[in-house]
Amino acid sequence: MSRARWLVVIAFAAVLAVGIAACGSSSNESSGSSGGGEVSGEFAGAGSTAQQAAQEAWVAEFESENSGVTVSYDAVGSGGGREQFIAGGVAYAGSDAAFSTEEGELEKAEKRCKPGQLIEVPDYISPIAIIYNLPGVEELKLDPETLAKIFAQEITSWDDPAIAKDNPGVELPSTRITPVNRSDESGTTQNFTEYLSEVVPSVWTYEVSGDWPVKGGEAASGTSGVVEAVSAGEGAIGYADASQAGELSVAKVKVGSEWAEPTSEAAAKIVEESPLDKELSPSKYTIAFELDRKTESQGTYPIVLVSYLIACTKYGSAEEAEGVKAYAEYVVSPAGQELAAKQAGSAPLSSALTKKVTPAVEAIEAG
Amino acid sequence: MASVDTTTNAGQLLAAASGGRRRLGDRVFSRTAVVAAVTILALLAGVAIFLLSEGFPALTASASELPEGKTFIDYVAPLAFGTVLASAIAAVVAVPLAVAAALFITHVAPPRLALTLGYLVDMLAAIPSIIYGLWGIFVLGPAAVPVLKWLEEKLGFIPFFKGPASATGRTMLVAGLVLAVMILPIVSAVAREAFAQTPRRLQEGAKALGATRWETIRMTVLPFGKSSVMSGAMLGLGRALGETMAVTIILSVSGAVSFNLIGQANPSTIAANIALNFPESSGLAINALIATGLALFAITLVTNMGARAIIARSNQE
Amino acid sequence: MESSAHSPVLGQVQTSRLLSGGLGWRRRSVNVVMTALIAGAFLLAMIPLFSLVFEVAKRGIPGLSLEFFTSDARGVVGGGGAAHAIVGTLVITGVAAVISVPIGIMAAIYLNEYGTGRLRRALTFFVDVMTGIPSIVAGLFAYALFELFLGPGIRLGVMGSLALSVLMIPIVIRSAEEVLKIVPNHLREAAYALGTPKWKTITKVVLPTAFAGLVTGVMIAIARIVGETAPLLVTTGVVDSMNTNPFQGRMQNLAVYAYNEYRSPGVMKQASYDKAWAAALTLIAIVMILNIAARFVYRRYKTEIR
Repeated sequence: MSRARWLVVIAFAAVLAVGIAACGSSSNESSGSSGGGEVSGEFAGAGSTAQQAAQEAWVAEFESENSGVTVSYDAVGSGGGREQFIAGGVAYAGSDAAFSTEEGELEKAEKRCKPGQLIEVPDYISPIAIIYNLPGVEELKLDPETLAKIFAQEITSWDDPAIAKDNPGVELPSTRITPVNRSDESGTTQNFTEYLSEVVPSVWTYEVSGDWPVKGGEAASGTSGVVEAVSAGEGAIGYADASQAGELSVAKVKVGSEWAEPTSEAAAKIVEESPLDKELSPSKYTIAFELDRKTESQGTYPIVLVSYLIACTKYGSAEEAEGVKAYAEYVVSPAGQELAAKQAGSAPLSSALTKKVTPAVEAIEAG
Repeated sequence: MASVDTTTNAGQLLAAASGGRRRLGDRVFSRTAVVAAVTILALLAGVAIFLLSEGFPALTASASELPEGKTFIDYVAPLAFGTVLASAIAAVVAVPLAVAAALFITHVAPPRLALTLGYLVDMLAAIPSIIYGLWGIFVLGPAAVPVLKWLEEKLGFIPFFKGPASATGRTMLVAGLVLAVMILPIVSAVAREAFAQTPRRLQEGAKALGATRWETIRMTVLPFGKSSVMSGAMLGLGRALGETMAVTIILSVSGAVSFNLIGQANPSTIAANIALNFPESSGLAINALIATGLALFAITLVTNMGARAIIARSNQE
Repeated sequence: MESSAHSPVLGQVQTSRLLSGGLGWRRRSVNVVMTALIAGAFLLAMIPLFSLVFEVAKRGIPGLSLEFFTSDARGVVGGGGAAHAIVGTLVITGVAAVISVPIGIMAAIYLNEYGTGRLRRALTFFVDVMTGIPSIVAGLFAYALFELFLGPGIRLGVMGSLALSVLMIPIVIRSAEEVLKIVPNHLREAAYALGTPKWKTITKVVLPTAFAGLVTGVMIAIARIVGETAPLLVTTGVVDSMNTNPFQGRMQNLAVYAYNEYRSPGVMKQASYDKAWAAALTLIAIVMILNIAARFVYRRYKTEIR
């Protein structure tokens, strides 16, 4: 009897031991890294799901060049990223919207970074695609007013005359329209609703925020949730970062007199033509844009999101400061931006923009 | 409890022999046992204290400080409604099925198979809830879409099926069905126990009088097991109330209180709401979520205690 | 359970109906229909089970590979394995078991062998209460506790273990209590009669007799919590790299890994979905193995009480 008992106890202990002594060393030991790079330790970021694909690529590349460091990015949504950053729970954040002056968000962020300063720079520029699922309809053109009415649930069926007007010759079925929106607080939502409220304020009377304001649509969590929901539902239409649209059909949106597609060049162009938002960029380390969404210039696509990398100029531990600095420098470097363009389909920062952004991240130091 | 039974000779001997001499081993061991018991009570007290203290700020905060700008009651009411609605659907579907499955195993199937069949049903309980969530959204949801459309067409006059039918299947009905599958093994296990213990005399008496199998069941097994089945149903209900992952993944949450089971605008459940919003919340929003967790705990507590009370009452008879 | 006082059975009317009615075609057909319905209901209940296992296997197998089991997802985009998640699950569950099993079994011993009066009643009542704690609430508790001492945003493997312990302890206590109760008194009394002190009686007589049942109970409890996602979502965080230290840093585990691969698939969507299903398949396999092992241990090692 006692032998059997020892057998079971040993087996249990063995399983535990295997688990603990498993392949791969503990990532917390800052061992002499063979992969080059002197950065070590562990730090975490959180935020935008639109940036997620890019962050994944950046983290992977950065970790393979610096084997002693562990970076993690938790794509909880722009709102969550900003909150966690303010609360001090993460070292850096990704957000599709800059810290606003409402509710003192910007002040809180600056306070978190004391004695240093807040860094907020664009690191990811990507168009927001209007994805839809309508078998048989390969091309769809929507002008801003129609688009707003669809998402405000005022137009409810695909064969509505307002849609047919801009799509002559296309056979539109009488399927019910299922508008899909984000259920979590999202910078993508904020950028999209900003566009709608600036371009067609008579139709889109809702408040601009990261929370989708219209009740009753199909709500999905995260960028991938929206993409999944649109793929699954016939007659569904949604908005999501273009890099994750996959195989879904994408609608063309009217800009001026042209029909624009969500390409990275078009996204880059509108950022070039937009001024800095002085109110949200109090220091030389914060570079927030006020996008001109009403633009009618050719070759732009106004439903675009400029996503920001948020950090502080000073961190408590030297290890963290070095780590975040090296990571941030990589993210905004031409090499990093090329990687993101390739893996996530974003528009790389223009060289003018890179020149402005780099000094900000180089200011990170320990303290 | 198996302490020294002083009605026996051995017990009396021991009580006499060791009176006064408390050996070190005994003291250490019994103290350790008491410490363990006290630790658990302390743990539970800790749970209660931490949750209450973290949840309290939300209960006293004004509407403008809370998420969605509502007072706490307004915030938690639709969630509680959604929680109860989803669980009710689960119970209504699961209990009859579980009872039938239990009857099948104990009274219809060949007795040799009873053990194996029981294992099969119990396997449903072993499957982690996240898998139910993935199954719900990738398999059951899409499969349900045509059914939802049919319900809207044929039974649309009933408020439950008012529609418009969701195009993705991520509805309260599907979530309730998945919950039903999850709680089926719990109800079934309790029912099986009760049905298997129906006194042979009663059943044989019925058979001797010429009752068919169904009549025997109807007249002896079911009435006998009624209260056990009810308590099993309440245990299952308690589980459904607290279920998080399946609902988080499946449900499209964009509406307020509504009885429409097949639409895309659904209220969330308390547990799913916490899971969805916790990662991106901080400050007072977290306090609000914890307070809703407390509300959920209270609801499940009442349900479970009701179940125990019913068991206790039927045991006394 | 004999209940002669409250006999639910055949009243006068029914008996006479049975005796006088004769077994006509009506009663026979009702019997057939109801039996068929009962069988049908059982099959209906089996359909989801088979669909679940089939779908998870079908969708999970493409995600399985040697890489899945041996490497983590560090430094690889869209590829990589789930070794860090598997190890994380083992570590977190292991630590939870290390916390819960001694406390749970000692508490069961207290309830069964020592307890009297108020403490015992309180413990029984509150263990009952504990079985009803929703899993997410247990997670919130662990989070709140650690946040108090270590600041917001803290994510540690051991937090997940604590949350899982809160869920596991009542299960261990309940099943251990049942098993200890079954050990017949005469064994204990025989030991006392020989002058054995109580603690030795418990450790050398009662526990070995109940051993198989205890092990089974523990394994069932582990199987129940190994698939818990909700409490881990709010406590252990998300990370790509292997971490074997529960007291430092984020730790990935299979359940949260599967949820994450589904929710945030990244650039190569189908590969992520495959891995989510593969992780789900691995989880089911672990649970099944534990359940089957528990039954095996029980049958093999249980002592027949004569």
